[in-house]
Amino acid sequence: MTMLEVKDLHAYYGKSHILQGVDMQIAAGEVVSLLGRNGVGRSTTVKAIMGEVPPHGTILFKGKNIAGLPSYKIAHHGLGYVPEHRDIFPSLTVRQNLMLGVKNPRNPGKWRLDDMLDMFSNLKARADTPAGVLSGGEKQMLTICRTLMGDPELVMIDEPTEGLAPIIVQQVGDLIAEIARRGVAILLVEQKLSIAMRISHRVYVMGHGQIVFEGSPDDLKNNAAVRKEWLEV
Amino acid sequence: MDGRDKPGHDEFIRHGPDKIMLELIVISTLNGVLYGMLLFLMASGLTVIFSMLGVLNFAHASFYMLGAFFGFQISRWFGFWPGLIVAPILAGAIGAAVERYGLRRVHKNGHVAELLFTFGLAFAIEEIVSIIWGKVPVDYRTPELLDFPAFTIFSTNYPAYKMFMLAVSVVIFLGLLVALKKTRIGLIVQAALTHPHMVAHLGHNVERIFMLVFGVGTALAAVAGVIAGPSLVTQSNMAALVGPILFVVVVVGGLGSLPGAFIASLLIGLLQTFAVSINGSLGSVFGPLGPELAQSWLSDIWNVSVAQVAPIMPYLLLVLILIFRPMGLLGTRES
Repeated sequence: MTMLEVKDLHAYYGKSHILQGVDMQIAAGEVVSLLGRNGVGRSTTVKAIMGEVPPHGTILFKGKNIAGLPSYKIAHHGLGYVPEHRDIFPSLTVRQNLMLGVKNPRNPGKWRLDDMLDMFSNLKARADTPAGVLSGGEKQMLTICRTLMGDPELVMIDEPTEGLAPIIVQQVGDLIAEIARRGVAILLVEQKLSIAMRISHRVYVMGHGQIVFEGSPDDLKNNAAVRKEWLEV
Repeated sequence: MDGRDKPGHDEFIRHGPDKIMLELIVISTLNGVLYGMLLFLMASGLTVIFSMLGVLNFAHASFYMLGAFFGFQISRWFGFWPGLIVAPILAGAIGAAVERYGLRRVHKNGHVAELLFTFGLAFAIEEIVSIIWGKVPVDYRTPELLDFPAFTIFSTNYPAYKMFMLAVSVVIFLGLLVALKKTRIGLIVQAALTHPHMVAHLGHNVERIFMLVFGVGTALAAVAGVIAGPSLVTQSNMAALVGPILFVVVVVGGLGSLPGAFIASLLIGLLQTFAVSINGSLGSVFGPLGPELAQSWLSDIWNVSVAQVAPIMPYLLLVLILIFRPMGLLGTRES
Protein backbone atom coordinates (compact mmCIF):
# COMPACT_ATOMS: atom_id res chain seq x y z
CA MET A 1 0.00 0.00 0.00
CA THR A 2 1.36 3.43 -0.89
CA MET A 3 1.76 5.50 2.25
CA LEU A 4 3.28 8.68 0.84
CA GLU A 5 2.82 9.84 -2.71
CA VAL A 6 4.42 13.06 -3.95
CA LYS A 7 3.28 14.30 -7.35
CA ASP A 8 4.83 17.16 -9.33
CA LEU A 9 6.14 18.94 -6.23
CA HIS A 10 7.59 22.41 -6.70
CA ALA A 11 9.11 24.72 -4.10
CA TYR A 12 10.73 28.14 -4.13
CA TYR A 13 13.13 30.12 -1.96
CA GLY A 14 12.31 33.66 -2.93
CA LYS A 15 12.70 33.66 -6.71
CA SER A 16 14.87 30.53 -6.91
CA HIS A 17 12.94 27.54 -8.20
CA ILE A 18 14.40 24.78 -5.98
CA LEU A 19 12.10 21.81 -6.55
CA GLN A 20 11.09 21.42 -10.18
CA GLY A 21 8.51 18.65 -10.19
CA VAL A 22 9.52 15.91 -7.75
CA ASP A 23 7.63 12.60 -7.97
CA MET A 24 8.09 9.81 -5.43
CA GLN A 25 6.23 7.10 -3.54
CA ILE A 26 6.90 5.27 -0.30
CA ALA A 27 4.98 2.16 0.73
CA ALA A 28 4.06 1.21 4.30
CA GLY A 29 7.07 -0.23 6.12
CA GLU A 30 9.42 0.57 3.23
CA VAL A 31 12.90 2.04 3.70
CA VAL A 32 13.69 4.55 0.95
CA SER A 33 16.77 6.73 0.59
CA LEU A 34 16.90 10.07 -1.16
CA LEU A 35 20.44 10.61 -2.41
CA GLY A 36 22.23 13.38 -4.25
CA ARG A 37 24.86 16.05 -3.94
CA ASN A 38 24.57 19.14 -1.73
CA GLY A 39 22.13 21.74 -2.98
CA VAL A 40 20.07 19.56 -5.32
CA GLY A 41 16.93 19.92 -3.16
CA ARG A 42 16.88 16.79 -0.99
CA SER A 43 16.34 18.67 2.29
CA THR A 44 13.91 21.05 0.61
CA THR A 45 11.86 18.04 -0.52
CA VAL A 46 11.33 16.84 3.06
CA LYS A 47 10.82 20.39 4.29
CA ALA A 48 8.14 20.93 1.65
CA ILE A 49 6.44 17.65 2.60
CA MET A 50 6.52 18.74 6.26
CA GLY A 51 5.15 22.21 5.48
CA GLU A 52 8.26 24.12 6.54
CA VAL A 53 8.75 25.35 2.97
CA PRO A 54 5.49 26.19 1.12
CA PRO A 55 4.80 23.26 -1.25
CA HIS A 56 3.23 23.56 -4.72
CA GLY A 57 1.89 20.23 -5.95
CA THR A 58 0.22 17.18 -4.47
CA ILE A 59 1.39 15.36 -1.35
CA LEU A 60 -0.85 12.43 -0.46
CA PHE A 61 -0.28 10.78 2.91
CA LYS A 62 -2.47 7.71 3.45
CA GLY A 63 -4.67 9.06 0.66
CA LYS A 64 -5.17 12.56 2.13
CA ASN A 65 -3.65 15.66 0.56
CA ILE A 66 -1.47 17.22 3.24
CA ALA A 67 0.19 19.83 1.01
CA GLY A 68 0.07 23.22 2.72
CA LEU A 69 -1.24 22.01 6.10
CA PRO A 70 0.52 23.43 9.18
CA SER A 71 3.41 21.24 10.40
CA TYR A 72 1.74 20.15 13.62
CA LYS A 73 -1.29 18.80 11.73
CA ILE A 74 0.97 16.89 9.35
CA ALA A 75 2.71 15.40 12.38
CA HIS A 76 -0.66 14.33 13.78
CA HIS A 77 -1.43 12.50 10.52
CA GLY A 78 1.50 10.21 11.40
CA LEU A 79 4.49 11.76 9.66
CA GLY A 80 7.66 12.15 11.71
CA TYR A 81 10.54 14.44 10.76
CA VAL A 82 14.10 14.53 12.10
CA PRO A 83 15.74 17.68 10.70
CA GLU A 84 19.42 17.78 9.83
CA HIS A 85 20.53 20.20 12.54
CA ARG A 86 19.83 17.96 15.53
CA ASP A 87 17.44 20.47 17.02
CA ILE A 88 17.46 19.19 20.56
CA PHE A 89 16.03 21.48 23.24
CA PRO A 90 19.28 22.27 25.07
CA SER A 91 17.88 23.55 28.37
CA LEU A 92 15.57 20.56 28.84
CA THR A 93 16.78 17.21 30.13
CA VAL A 94 17.08 14.15 27.89
CA ARG A 95 13.94 12.73 29.52
CA GLN A 96 11.99 15.99 28.96
CA ASN A 97 13.13 16.10 25.33
CA LEU A 98 11.77 12.60 24.81
CA MET A 99 8.51 13.42 26.63
CA LEU A 100 7.89 16.33 24.26
CA GLY A 101 7.95 13.88 21.37
CA VAL A 102 4.72 12.37 22.70
CA LYS A 103 1.80 14.04 20.94
CA ASN A 104 -0.90 12.85 23.28
CA PRO A 105 0.22 11.89 26.80
CA ARG A 106 -3.04 9.98 27.41
CA ASN A 107 -2.50 7.81 24.36
CA PRO A 108 1.22 7.10 23.91
CA GLY A 109 2.31 4.89 21.02
CA LYS A 110 4.38 1.76 20.71
CA TRP A 111 7.66 3.48 21.64
CA ARG A 112 7.90 3.94 25.40
CA LEU A 113 10.32 6.13 27.30
CA ASP A 114 11.81 3.18 29.20
CA ASP A 115 12.22 1.19 25.96
CA MET A 116 14.05 4.06 24.43
CA LEU A 117 16.36 4.54 27.39
CA ASP A 118 17.03 0.79 27.59
CA MET A 119 18.00 0.75 23.93
CA PHE A 120 20.61 3.47 24.46
CA SER A 121 22.65 3.14 27.62
CA ASN A 122 24.26 6.53 26.90
CA LEU A 123 20.91 8.30 26.98
CA LYS A 124 19.82 6.36 30.05
CA ALA A 125 22.91 7.39 31.99
CA ARG A 126 22.18 11.03 31.13
CA ALA A 127 18.39 10.95 31.32
CA ASP A 128 18.25 13.80 33.80
CA THR A 129 21.03 16.03 32.47
CA PRO A 130 20.35 18.95 30.14
CA ALA A 131 20.45 17.73 26.54
CA GLY A 132 22.73 20.61 25.57
CA VAL A 133 25.77 18.81 27.01
CA LEU A 134 25.37 15.63 24.91
CA SER A 135 27.88 14.71 22.21
CA GLY A 136 26.95 15.04 18.53
CA GLY A 137 26.15 11.35 18.20
CA GLU A 138 24.04 11.31 21.36
CA LYS A 139 22.13 14.37 20.16
CA GLN A 140 21.42 12.59 16.88
CA MET A 141 20.14 9.50 18.71
CA LEU A 142 18.01 11.74 20.93
CA THR A 143 16.38 13.60 18.01
CA ILE A 144 15.51 10.35 16.27
CA CYS A 145 14.17 8.79 19.48
CA ARG A 146 12.19 11.94 20.28
CA THR A 147 10.42 11.82 16.93
CA LEU A 148 9.69 8.11 17.43
CA MET A 149 7.97 8.91 20.74
CA GLY A 150 5.23 10.50 18.62
CA ASP A 151 4.57 7.07 17.08
CA PRO A 152 4.95 8.05 13.40
CA GLU A 153 4.07 5.61 10.60
CA LEU A 154 6.65 7.20 8.33
CA VAL A 155 9.71 9.02 9.57
CA MET A 156 11.83 11.29 7.39
CA ILE A 157 15.42 11.58 8.63
CA ASP A 158 17.63 14.28 7.14
CA GLU A 159 21.41 13.62 7.05
CA PRO A 160 21.63 11.71 10.34
CA THR A 161 25.30 10.79 9.98
CA GLU A 162 26.70 14.14 8.93
CA GLY A 163 29.78 15.02 10.94
CA LEU A 164 29.73 11.86 13.07
CA ALA A 165 32.63 9.48 13.80
CA PRO A 166 32.51 6.15 11.90
CA ILE A 167 31.65 4.15 15.04
CA ILE A 168 28.68 6.46 15.75
CA VAL A 169 27.60 6.28 12.11
CA GLN A 170 27.39 2.50 12.61
CA GLN A 171 25.16 2.97 15.70
CA VAL A 172 22.86 5.40 13.91
CA GLY A 173 22.61 2.87 11.07
CA ASP A 174 21.64 0.15 13.57
CA LEU A 175 18.97 2.40 15.08
CA ILE A 176 17.46 3.12 11.66
CA ALA A 177 17.48 -0.62 10.89
CA GLU A 178 15.68 -1.23 14.21
CA ILE A 179 13.03 1.39 13.36
CA ALA A 180 12.45 -0.36 10.03
CA ARG A 181 12.28 -3.78 11.78
CA ARG A 182 9.42 -2.45 13.91
CA GLY A 183 7.45 -1.69 10.75
CA VAL A 184 7.90 2.08 10.49
CA ALA A 185 8.46 3.37 6.94
CA ILE A 186 11.59 5.51 6.52
CA LEU A 187 12.65 8.20 4.10
CA LEU A 188 16.36 8.67 4.63
CA VAL A 189 18.05 11.74 3.15
CA GLU A 190 21.76 11.04 2.74
CA GLN A 191 24.82 12.14 0.92
CA LYS A 192 26.94 9.12 1.86
CA LEU A 193 26.01 5.87 0.20
CA SER A 194 27.18 3.45 2.93
CA ILE A 195 24.15 3.38 5.27
CA ALA A 196 21.65 4.04 2.51
CA MET A 197 22.89 1.07 0.46
CA ARG A 198 22.94 -1.20 3.53
CA ILE A 199 19.38 -0.67 4.76
CA SER A 200 17.29 0.70 1.87
CA HIS A 201 14.75 -1.23 -0.13
CA ARG A 202 14.75 1.44 -2.79
CA VAL A 203 16.74 4.57 -3.59
CA TYR A 204 15.97 7.83 -5.38
CA VAL A 205 18.74 10.04 -6.74
CA MET A 206 18.07 13.76 -7.08
CA GLY A 207 19.68 16.29 -9.40
CA HIS A 208 18.69 19.88 -10.18
CA GLY A 209 15.44 19.73 -8.21
CA GLN A 210 14.15 16.55 -9.86
CA ILE A 211 14.35 12.79 -9.39
CA VAL A 212 16.92 11.53 -11.91
CA PHE A 213 17.10 7.87 -10.88
CA GLU A 214 14.90 5.35 -9.11
CA GLY A 215 15.76 1.72 -8.35
CA SER A 216 17.09 -0.82 -5.87
CA PRO A 217 20.45 -0.34 -4.16
CA ASP A 218 21.82 -3.05 -6.48
CA ASP A 219 20.55 -1.17 -9.54
CA LEU A 220 22.43 1.90 -8.38
CA LYS A 221 25.55 -0.11 -7.61
CA ASN A 222 25.54 -1.43 -11.16
CA ASN A 223 24.83 1.91 -12.78
CA ALA A 224 28.21 3.63 -12.90
CA ALA A 225 26.94 6.38 -15.18
CA VAL A 226 24.31 7.63 -12.71
CA ARG A 227 26.76 7.44 -9.82
CA LYS A 228 29.37 9.37 -11.75
CA GLU A 229 27.02 12.06 -13.01
CA TRP A 230 24.87 12.66 -9.90
CA LEU A 231 26.64 11.33 -6.81
CA GLU A 232 30.40 11.17 -6.95
CA VAL A 233 32.33 14.31 -6.20
CA MET B 1 10.89 54.24 44.85
CA ASP B 2 9.01 57.51 44.83
CA GLY B 3 10.94 59.13 47.63
CA ARG B 4 7.90 59.38 49.92
CA ASP B 5 9.31 56.90 52.39
CA LYS B 6 12.71 58.47 52.47
CA PRO B 7 13.86 59.46 55.94
CA GLY B 8 13.94 63.22 56.25
CA HIS B 9 16.18 65.82 57.75
CA ASP B 10 14.26 66.02 61.07
CA GLU B 11 14.82 62.34 61.76
CA PHE B 12 18.45 62.80 60.96
CA ILE B 13 18.70 65.26 63.84
CA ARG B 14 16.66 63.06 66.21
CA HIS B 15 18.30 59.67 65.60
CA GLY B 16 21.79 60.42 64.44
CA PRO B 17 23.55 59.33 61.25
CA ASP B 18 23.99 55.56 61.98
CA LYS B 19 20.33 54.78 62.52
CA ILE B 20 19.35 56.98 59.61
CA MET B 21 21.77 55.13 57.37
CA LEU B 22 20.37 51.76 58.49
CA GLU B 23 16.83 52.98 57.98
CA LEU B 24 17.69 54.28 54.55
CA ILE B 25 19.26 50.98 53.58
CA VAL B 26 16.33 48.88 54.85
CA ILE B 27 13.63 51.04 53.29
CA SER B 28 15.49 51.52 50.01
CA THR B 29 16.18 47.79 49.75
CA LEU B 30 12.51 46.97 50.30
CA ASN B 31 11.41 49.61 47.80
CA GLY B 32 14.08 48.54 45.34
CA VAL B 33 13.13 44.87 45.50
CA LEU B 34 9.47 45.80 45.16
CA TYR B 35 10.11 48.01 42.14
CA GLY B 36 12.34 45.30 40.71
CA MET B 37 9.64 42.65 41.11
CA LEU B 38 7.10 44.92 39.39
CA LEU B 39 9.57 45.40 36.54
CA PHE B 40 10.04 41.64 36.39
CA LEU B 41 6.28 41.03 36.10
CA MET B 42 6.41 43.12 32.95
CA ALA B 43 9.85 42.17 31.64
CA SER B 44 9.23 38.42 31.97
CA GLY B 45 6.38 38.60 29.47
CA LEU B 46 8.29 40.93 27.17
CA THR B 47 11.40 38.76 27.05
CA VAL B 48 9.49 35.48 26.56
CA ILE B 49 7.44 37.05 23.77
CA PHE B 50 10.65 38.27 22.17
CA SER B 51 12.26 34.81 22.36
CA MET B 52 9.31 33.00 20.89
CA LEU B 53 7.94 35.41 18.32
CA GLY B 54 11.12 37.32 17.62
CA VAL B 55 9.27 40.59 18.07
CA LEU B 56 10.08 43.32 20.55
CA ASN B 57 6.61 44.33 21.71
CA PHE B 58 6.64 48.11 22.06
CA ALA B 59 3.07 47.98 23.34
CA HIS B 60 3.92 45.74 26.29
CA ALA B 61 3.88 48.56 28.84
CA SER B 62 0.50 49.63 27.45
CA PHE B 63 -0.96 46.42 28.87
CA TYR B 64 0.48 47.42 32.24
CA MET B 65 -1.45 50.66 31.88
CA LEU B 66 -4.60 48.86 30.73
CA GLY B 67 -4.32 46.67 33.83
CA ALA B 68 -4.17 49.74 36.06
CA PHE B 69 -7.14 51.46 34.40
CA PHE B 70 -9.26 48.31 34.20
CA GLY B 71 -8.43 47.69 37.85
CA PHE B 72 -9.41 51.27 38.72
CA GLN B 73 -12.72 51.04 36.85
CA ILE B 74 -13.63 47.67 38.33
CA SER B 75 -12.66 48.90 41.79
CA ARG B 76 -15.16 51.72 41.34
CA TRP B 77 -17.94 49.29 40.49
CA PHE B 78 -17.17 46.20 42.55
CA GLY B 79 -14.19 47.00 44.78
CA PHE B 80 -10.45 46.44 44.58
CA TRP B 81 -10.34 42.66 44.91
CA PRO B 82 -12.53 41.73 41.92
CA GLY B 83 -10.39 44.16 39.91
CA LEU B 84 -7.22 42.33 40.92
CA ILE B 85 -8.58 39.17 39.29
CA VAL B 86 -10.69 40.46 36.40
CA ALA B 87 -8.47 43.28 35.08
CA PRO B 88 -5.49 41.00 34.20
CA ILE B 89 -7.86 38.49 32.58
CA LEU B 90 -9.40 41.25 30.45
CA ALA B 91 -6.01 42.70 29.49
CA GLY B 92 -4.66 39.19 28.76
CA ALA B 93 -7.66 38.46 26.52
CA ILE B 94 -7.02 41.69 24.61
CA GLY B 95 -3.33 40.70 24.37
CA ALA B 96 -4.21 37.26 22.99
CA ALA B 97 -6.58 38.85 20.47
CA VAL B 98 -3.87 41.31 19.39
CA GLU B 99 -1.55 38.36 18.69
CA ARG B 100 -4.19 36.25 16.96
CA TYR B 101 -5.79 38.89 14.73
CA GLY B 102 -3.04 41.51 14.50
CA LEU B 103 0.53 40.36 14.94
CA ARG B 104 0.04 36.97 13.28
CA ARG B 105 -1.13 38.65 10.08
CA VAL B 106 1.50 41.38 10.22
CA HIS B 107 4.17 38.72 10.87
CA LYS B 108 4.02 37.65 7.21
CA ASN B 109 5.45 41.04 6.24
CA GLY B 110 8.55 40.74 8.40
CA HIS B 111 9.94 42.10 11.62
CA VAL B 112 9.92 45.77 10.66
CA ALA B 113 6.19 45.60 10.04
CA GLU B 114 5.70 43.86 13.38
CA LEU B 115 7.75 46.47 15.19
CA LEU B 116 5.79 49.30 13.59
CA PHE B 117 2.54 47.51 14.42
CA THR B 118 3.34 47.29 18.14
CA PHE B 119 4.65 50.87 18.07
CA GLY B 120 1.36 52.10 16.62
CA LEU B 121 -0.61 49.97 19.03
CA ALA B 122 1.14 51.63 21.99
CA PHE B 123 0.06 55.07 20.77
CA ALA B 124 -3.46 53.86 20.00
CA ILE B 125 -3.89 52.40 23.51
CA GLU B 126 -2.56 55.59 25.11
CA GLU B 127 -5.00 57.73 23.12
CA ILE B 128 -7.95 55.46 23.86
CA VAL B 129 -7.12 55.51 27.56
CA SER B 130 -6.94 59.31 27.62
CA ILE B 131 -10.23 59.59 25.72
CA ILE B 132 -12.00 57.35 28.24
CA TRP B 133 -10.32 58.33 31.51
CA GLY B 134 -8.78 61.70 30.66
CA LYS B 135 -5.21 62.89 30.98
CA VAL B 136 -5.16 63.70 34.70
CA PRO B 137 -4.40 60.99 37.27
CA VAL B 138 -7.42 58.98 38.41
CA ASP B 139 -8.21 58.38 42.07
CA TYR B 140 -7.23 54.71 42.35
CA ARG B 141 -7.05 53.96 46.07
CA THR B 142 -5.46 51.20 48.08
CA PRO B 143 -8.12 48.90 49.56
CA GLU B 144 -9.12 49.79 53.12
CA LEU B 145 -8.16 46.33 54.27
CA LEU B 146 -4.52 47.16 53.53
CA ASP B 147 -4.55 50.84 54.44
CA PHE B 148 -2.36 50.67 57.53
CA PRO B 149 1.37 50.66 58.28
CA ALA B 150 2.81 47.13 58.17
CA PHE B 151 5.66 48.07 60.47
CA THR B 152 7.52 51.08 61.70
CA ILE B 153 11.24 51.20 61.37
CA PHE B 154 12.75 53.97 63.48
CA SER B 155 10.34 56.67 62.40
CA THR B 156 9.21 55.54 58.93
CA ASN B 157 5.87 53.77 58.54
CA TYR B 158 6.08 51.15 55.83
CA PRO B 159 2.64 50.71 54.23
CA ALA B 160 1.03 47.28 54.37
CA TYR B 161 -0.06 47.75 50.76
CA LYS B 162 3.55 47.73 49.62
CA MET B 163 4.14 44.47 51.46
CA PHE B 164 1.06 43.14 49.69
CA MET B 165 2.48 44.22 46.31
CA LEU B 166 5.69 42.44 47.14
CA ALA B 167 3.82 39.28 48.18
CA VAL B 168 1.72 39.24 44.98
CA SER B 169 4.84 39.66 42.82
CA VAL B 170 6.70 36.90 44.64
CA VAL B 171 3.73 34.50 44.46
CA ILE B 172 3.32 35.13 40.72
CA PHE B 173 7.05 34.74 40.18
CA LEU B 174 7.00 31.35 41.96
CA GLY B 175 3.86 30.31 40.08
CA LEU B 176 5.50 31.19 36.77
CA LEU B 177 8.61 29.22 37.71
CA VAL B 178 6.60 26.10 38.62
CA ALA B 179 4.43 26.40 35.49
CA LEU B 180 7.51 26.70 33.25
CA LYS B 181 9.60 23.99 34.90
CA LYS B 182 7.04 21.40 35.95
CA THR B 183 4.12 21.41 33.54
CA ARG B 184 4.01 19.95 30.05
CA ILE B 185 2.88 23.22 28.54
CA GLY B 186 5.77 24.94 30.32
CA LEU B 187 8.22 22.49 28.78
CA ILE B 188 6.70 23.11 25.34
CA VAL B 189 7.10 26.87 25.87
CA GLN B 190 10.74 26.38 26.91
CA ALA B 191 11.37 24.22 23.86
CA ALA B 192 9.68 26.73 21.57
CA LEU B 193 11.95 29.48 22.92
CA THR B 194 14.85 27.98 21.02
CA HIS B 195 13.31 25.77 18.31
CA PRO B 196 9.73 26.72 17.41
CA HIS B 197 9.82 24.80 14.10
CA MET B 198 10.97 21.61 15.76
CA VAL B 199 8.20 21.88 18.34
CA ALA B 200 5.67 22.10 15.51
CA HIS B 201 7.21 19.09 13.75
CA LEU B 202 6.62 17.10 16.94
CA GLY B 203 2.90 17.81 16.62
CA HIS B 204 2.42 20.76 18.97
CA ASN B 205 0.33 23.70 17.82
CA VAL B 206 2.96 26.42 18.14
CA GLU B 207 0.66 29.22 16.97
CA ARG B 208 -1.76 28.47 19.78
CA ILE B 209 1.16 28.44 22.21
CA PHE B 210 2.29 31.84 20.87
CA MET B 211 -1.17 33.22 21.48
CA LEU B 212 -1.23 31.77 24.98
CA VAL B 213 2.20 33.18 25.79
CA PHE B 214 1.19 36.59 24.49
CA GLY B 215 -2.00 36.47 26.53
CA VAL B 216 -0.25 35.36 29.73
CA GLY B 217 2.62 37.82 29.19
CA THR B 218 0.28 40.78 28.77
CA ALA B 219 -1.85 39.56 31.71
CA LEU B 220 1.26 39.56 33.91
CA ALA B 221 2.00 43.14 32.86
CA ALA B 222 -1.61 43.97 33.75
CA VAL B 223 -1.19 42.41 37.22
CA ALA B 224 1.74 44.77 37.73
CA GLY B 225 -0.53 47.63 36.63
CA VAL B 226 -3.38 46.67 38.97
CA ILE B 227 -1.17 46.42 42.04
CA ALA B 228 1.05 49.39 41.18
CA GLY B 229 -1.88 51.64 40.18
CA PRO B 230 -2.98 52.64 43.72
CA SER B 231 0.58 53.02 44.97
CA LEU B 232 2.06 54.95 42.04
CA VAL B 233 0.09 57.24 39.77
CA THR B 234 -2.57 55.85 37.43
CA GLN B 235 -2.43 58.16 34.47
CA SER B 236 -2.53 57.89 30.69
CA ASN B 237 1.23 58.49 30.38
CA MET B 238 2.21 55.67 32.75
CA ALA B 239 3.02 53.28 29.91
CA ALA B 240 5.35 55.82 28.32
CA LEU B 241 7.09 56.30 31.68
CA VAL B 242 7.81 52.65 32.35
CA GLY B 243 8.21 51.39 28.76
CA PRO B 244 11.80 52.55 28.19
CA ILE B 245 12.93 51.10 31.54
CA LEU B 246 11.46 47.75 30.49
CA PHE B 247 13.62 47.69 27.38
CA VAL B 248 16.63 48.48 29.53
CA VAL B 249 15.74 45.49 31.73
CA VAL B 250 15.44 43.00 28.88
CA VAL B 251 18.55 44.25 27.11
CA VAL B 252 20.64 44.30 30.29
CA GLY B 253 19.36 40.84 31.30
CA GLY B 254 19.88 39.45 27.81
CA LEU B 255 17.09 39.33 25.23
CA GLY B 256 15.09 36.17 25.73
CA SER B 257 16.59 35.18 29.06
CA LEU B 258 14.12 34.85 31.95
CA PRO B 259 16.76 34.51 34.68
CA GLY B 260 18.55 37.46 33.08
CA ALA B 261 15.35 39.53 33.18
CA PHE B 262 14.92 38.63 36.86
CA ILE B 263 18.43 39.71 37.81
CA ALA B 264 18.26 42.86 35.68
CA SER B 265 14.86 43.81 37.14
CA LEU B 266 16.17 43.63 40.69
CA LEU B 267 19.41 45.35 39.70
CA ILE B 268 17.64 48.29 38.11
CA GLY B 269 15.00 48.42 40.84
CA LEU B 270 17.69 48.67 43.52
CA LEU B 271 19.93 50.96 41.48
CA GLN B 272 17.21 53.52 40.93
CA THR B 273 15.81 53.36 44.43
CA PHE B 274 19.18 53.78 46.10
CA ALA B 275 20.20 56.50 43.68
CA VAL B 276 17.17 58.68 44.48
CA SER B 277 17.92 58.47 48.19
CA ILE B 278 21.55 59.52 47.96
CA ASN B 279 22.07 63.25 48.20
CA GLY B 280 25.84 63.14 47.75
CA SER B 281 27.56 64.58 44.69
CA LEU B 282 31.04 64.24 43.24
CA GLY B 283 31.81 67.51 44.93
CA SER B 284 30.78 66.32 48.38
CA VAL B 285 32.90 63.17 48.12
CA PHE B 286 35.97 64.49 46.33
CA GLY B 287 35.50 68.18 47.13
CA PRO B 288 38.57 68.57 49.37
CA LEU B 289 40.76 67.06 46.63
CA GLY B 290 39.87 69.63 44.05
CA PRO B 291 38.06 72.67 45.43
CA GLU B 292 38.85 74.68 42.29
CA LEU B 293 36.63 72.32 40.21
CA ALA B 294 33.50 73.65 41.89
CA GLN B 295 34.11 76.96 40.17
CA SER B 296 35.26 75.61 36.80
CA TRP B 297 33.20 74.73 33.72
CA LEU B 298 32.80 71.29 35.32
CA SER B 299 30.83 72.75 38.22
CA ASP B 300 27.48 71.40 37.00
CA ILE B 301 28.73 67.83 36.92
CA TRP B 302 30.72 68.38 40.12
CA ASN B 303 27.78 69.59 42.17
CA VAL B 304 24.86 67.59 40.81
CA SER B 305 23.60 65.05 43.40
CA VAL B 306 23.24 61.34 42.71
CA ALA B 307 19.51 61.69 43.38
CA GLN B 308 19.25 64.21 40.56
CA VAL B 309 20.83 61.89 38.01
CA ALA B 310 18.97 58.79 39.28
CA PRO B 311 16.55 58.70 36.34
CA ILE B 312 19.36 58.37 33.80
CA MET B 313 21.19 55.61 35.71
CA PRO B 314 19.37 52.72 33.98
CA TYR B 315 20.15 54.19 30.56
CA LEU B 316 23.78 54.66 31.53
CA LEU B 317 23.82 50.98 32.49
CA LEU B 318 22.19 50.15 29.14
CA VAL B 319 24.91 51.98 27.24
CA LEU B 320 27.68 50.29 29.23
CA ILE B 321 26.13 46.85 28.73
CA LEU B 322 25.75 47.42 24.98
CA ILE B 323 29.41 48.41 24.74
CA PHE B 324 30.95 45.75 26.95
CA ARG B 325 28.49 42.83 26.86
CA PRO B 326 26.10 43.26 23.93
CA MET B 327 24.31 39.94 24.57
CA GLY B 328 23.32 41.11 28.08
CA LEU B 329 24.14 39.57 31.44
CA LEU B 330 22.71 36.11 30.72
CA GLY B 331 21.74 36.33 27.07
CA THR B 332 23.03 33.96 24.46
CA ARG B 333 22.28 35.79 21.25
CA GLU B 334 23.94 38.95 20.04
CA SER B 335 21.09 40.52 18.12
